[in-house]
Amino acid sequence: MSRTARVVSGRRGLHPGAWWLWAACMAGAASRTTNPVLLLLIGAVAVYVVSARRNPSAPWSRSVVVFLRLGLVVIVIRVVLEILFGIRLPGHVLFTLPQVPLPSWAAGVSIGGPVTAEAFIQSVVQGLRLAVVLICFGAANSLASPYRLLRCLPAVLYEAGVAITVSLSFAPELVMAITDIRAARRLRGRPTRGLSGIRGTAVPVLERALDRSLQLASSMDARGYGRRVPVTRGVRRWASGSTAAGILLLVAGLYGVLVAGSLPGGGIPFVAVGAVLVGGGLATSGRRTNRSRYRPDPWRRPEWLVSASGAVVVATMVASGMLGTPGIQFVVYPLGPPTLPLLAAVGILVGLVPAWAAPVEQQPVEIPGAVSRPTGSDVPSVEAVA
Amino acid sequence: MIRFVEVSFTYAGAEDPTLDRVDLVVGEGELCVVVGPTGSGKTTLLRAVNGLVPHFTGGRLSGEVLVDGRSTRDFPPRELADVVGMVGQNPAASFVTDVVEDELAYTMENLGLAPDIMRRRVEDALDLLGLHELRHRPLLTLSGGQQQRVAIGAVLTASPRVLVLDEPTSALDPAAAEEVLGSLTRLVHDLGLTVLLAEHRLERVLPFADSVVLVPGQGRPLVVGPAAEVMVDSPVAPPLVDLGRLAGWDPLPLSIRDARRLVGPLREQLAGSVPCAAPAPPPATVAARAHLERVTVRYDQLVALDAVDFAVRDGEVVAVMGRNGSGKSTLLSQLAGVFPPTSGTVDVSGADPSTLAPRALVARVGLVPQDAGVLLYADSVAAECASADRDTGLPPGTTAAVLERVLPDLDEDRHPRDLSEGQRLALALAVVLAPAPPLLLLDEPTRGLDYLGKARLVRLLSELAAGGHAVVMATHDVELVAQVATRAVVLADGEVVADGPAREVVCHSPVFAPQVAKVLAPDPWLTVGEVRNALEMETVRG
Repeated sequence: MSRTARVVSGRRGLHPGAWWLWAACMAGAASRTTNPVLLLLIGAVAVYVVSARRNPSAPWSRSVVVFLRLGLVVIVIRVVLEILFGIRLPGHVLFTLPQVPLPSWAAGVSIGGPVTAEAFIQSVVQGLRLAVVLICFGAANSLASPYRLLRCLPAVLYEAGVAITVSLSFAPELVMAITDIRAARRLRGRPTRGLSGIRGTAVPVLERALDRSLQLASSMDARGYGRRVPVTRGVRRWASGSTAAGILLLVAGLYGVLVAGSLPGGGIPFVAVGAVLVGGGLATSGRRTNRSRYRPDPWRRPEWLVSASGAVVVATMVASGMLGTPGIQFVVYPLGPPTLPLLAAVGILVGLVPAWAAPVEQQPVEIPGAVSRPTGSDVPSVEAVA
Repeated sequence: MIRFVEVSFTYAGAEDPTLDRVDLVVGEGELCVVVGPTGSGKTTLLRAVNGLVPHFTGGRLSGEVLVDGRSTRDFPPRELADVVGMVGQNPAASFVTDVVEDELAYTMENLGLAPDIMRRRVEDALDLLGLHELRHRPLLTLSGGQQQRVAIGAVLTASPRVLVLDEPTSALDPAAAEEVLGSLTRLVHDLGLTVLLAEHRLERVLPFADSVVLVPGQGRPLVVGPAAEVMVDSPVAPPLVDLGRLAGWDPLPLSIRDARRLVGPLREQLAGSVPCAAPAPPPATVAARAHLERVTVRYDQLVALDAVDFAVRDGEVVAVMGRNGSGKSTLLSQLAGVFPPTSGTVDVSGADPSTLAPRALVARVGLVPQDAGVLLYADSVAAECASADRDTGLPPGTTAAVLERVLPDLDEDRHPRDLSEGQRLALALAVVLAPAPPLLLLDEPTRGLDYLGKARLVRLLSELAAGGHAVVMATHDVELVAQVATRAVVLADGEVVADGPAREVVCHSPVFAPQVAKVLAPDPWLTVGEVRNALEMETVRG
């Protein structure tokens, strides 16, 4: 590079954990309601935040589009299944499919029959709920690379994290290997299509994959992967016991949060105790490795703001549900337009906070001869360290 | 710094030991080059330094390997990570993270260093290896030389006392190789690092070597000593050493600079002769066997070939040279019809190769890719030959007969993966040559070949050209070009920047000139063979 050119280093984005927390809260809120207006509002908020705050040059930034499409497919599948096999809700009949008679032991299952507007709308709404949950995770994927999230794993989970990272990076290489080997088959005068083509490609591709894993493993070994500090047996047992119990509580608690009325306190106390136990367990087992972390992502005011906004969304939704606010659950009898529960809707709009509070991640830019920094978000606290 | 005491090593299932009672001492701050034919145990020797042999590979090791006073018997590779930095043959396969900066920090994270120390060392490594402009780049987007430097930086940040490198420049173009070797010498001079490296392209590394370890293979004892002494009768030697032996220079020069001081008398002896153009180009009346006409190839936004015109005639050996990523491999893949061009026309023996059915394609053009192994599928040499006959509809035994000509006495029962690099190339060549395609394409044929394998390849290519084959090879190996090419084409950024007789093209380029040409410049000598012939003629006349 010429001497006049200069590279402006990238600004680090928001801590990936904050993005994933926010997205998880949005998804949690979506799973607590069947009101299509609220669901659409959540989806819109998620998509808006992505379009405002994603880093367009990052390869993963387009994954929300994939999830949007996936959401549409989910709705369609849900509706088709409902029309074919759904419970025959009474009401306004839209059309009638020829019914397949089923034996008496299959009571409750029906194939074909009258399809009512009520059944149709209910299935659309249920599909929509799943689609919005998917979109929330797509948003998290677009905003923070899953790799960066893995970097934040606690030390004890780190090794499992590396395994995931390595396997994720495997996919693009596999595609490259397949292209190479298909070309090579052609050069040998062999068919590249058909059954024999597939068989002839699979073996060399797997051989290559195995080769590469061995090379990588030896390189990781040579670079100190898996160095251990000895700890006593009691400590190890306490750590695994506490982690296991914590995970059980967490799972039960999350079920409570997602399914209204299944556990006292909406499951939140379970989640809290479970999280503390898991945290303690992981911290203790973390003492076995003395890994340190290079330039960890800081957790500062924008991170607090973003995760708090997510918490507000889910809290207002849970509160509205527990207060019995009408309209949180959409009912098709009588058939009519959904109502708008104000508290929950305002709560969802709080989820827009990251669109202003979060800094935009920037890729390093090469500016020939320039001396100014690129203008970006005006939040000063996550100014790039580099 | 590194001490081998009576070290013997046998791979599991092997009968003969790969290393047999090896004694070796490499002092602190030395740059030591390990040389030897392929399959002689160089890589095994290197990997024994940090205990990957035998902790990772299995097998039985006796004796003791000591590094900085620590024995690999007591310390597995991960516990030696702070003493030995190991860079493997293929740096891209060793990357654990996805961005340059994280990769540089990875070893330190495993060692549990404090964040401020890590930060400082990463910055130091970025400066030392000239990587600071690449710090945020994804590793997959780097060129070969850059990847190699990142791999070196990634082990350097742990501030090891010893750096071990396996063929650090084999895959690199001459300029990138200089870049990496320059960085290495800087580390040796400034930081007192001990460097142990194995390399086939001795012409590149010998000028920097303090000492040489010759691994002759087949259980013969190691020869260790100052570079100039060991090279006197080493079976593997770069052209410069061959020239020195021919001219009887003592001490043997290892760098162009040393040789040019001694070259005076030789130049006088050669004054009356001109190099006989050994590979004579075909007469101009021969029509083109294959040609590209304004061919452009685009991958997304990257232009790999930009409106390239290219032709090759029967009897020609064309060397395609240029930086890593300049479009050499794409040019070959176009001639082989691997995929259709974005625009322009490709013609091989009157047909567009990308539209041909596989069997019709191999009868017109044969391509040996960079990694010859991808062409091989069967589980033994004999089965490979038989399946090649079947695939191309040739009478049984054809491929085996071709293999006999390319490399006699190859054990039929061996698995292609267990062959040495040179043997695998020979087998792939036999498979490709069996249907007798008039056009032969080779991508980096000398990667991983020792001098013996290279000499055999040169002989074979000359024979093929003399027999009327058209040969196109993409290569970084200027010595190969000097020995066999009739024409050289230089690509840069997907454009042809030079095209002419090999002698003219390489002699006039400081990057592509072979060693003999550099020593004897401005006289246009390319190879030791030419000089030897001229001297013999001189003696006959005298």
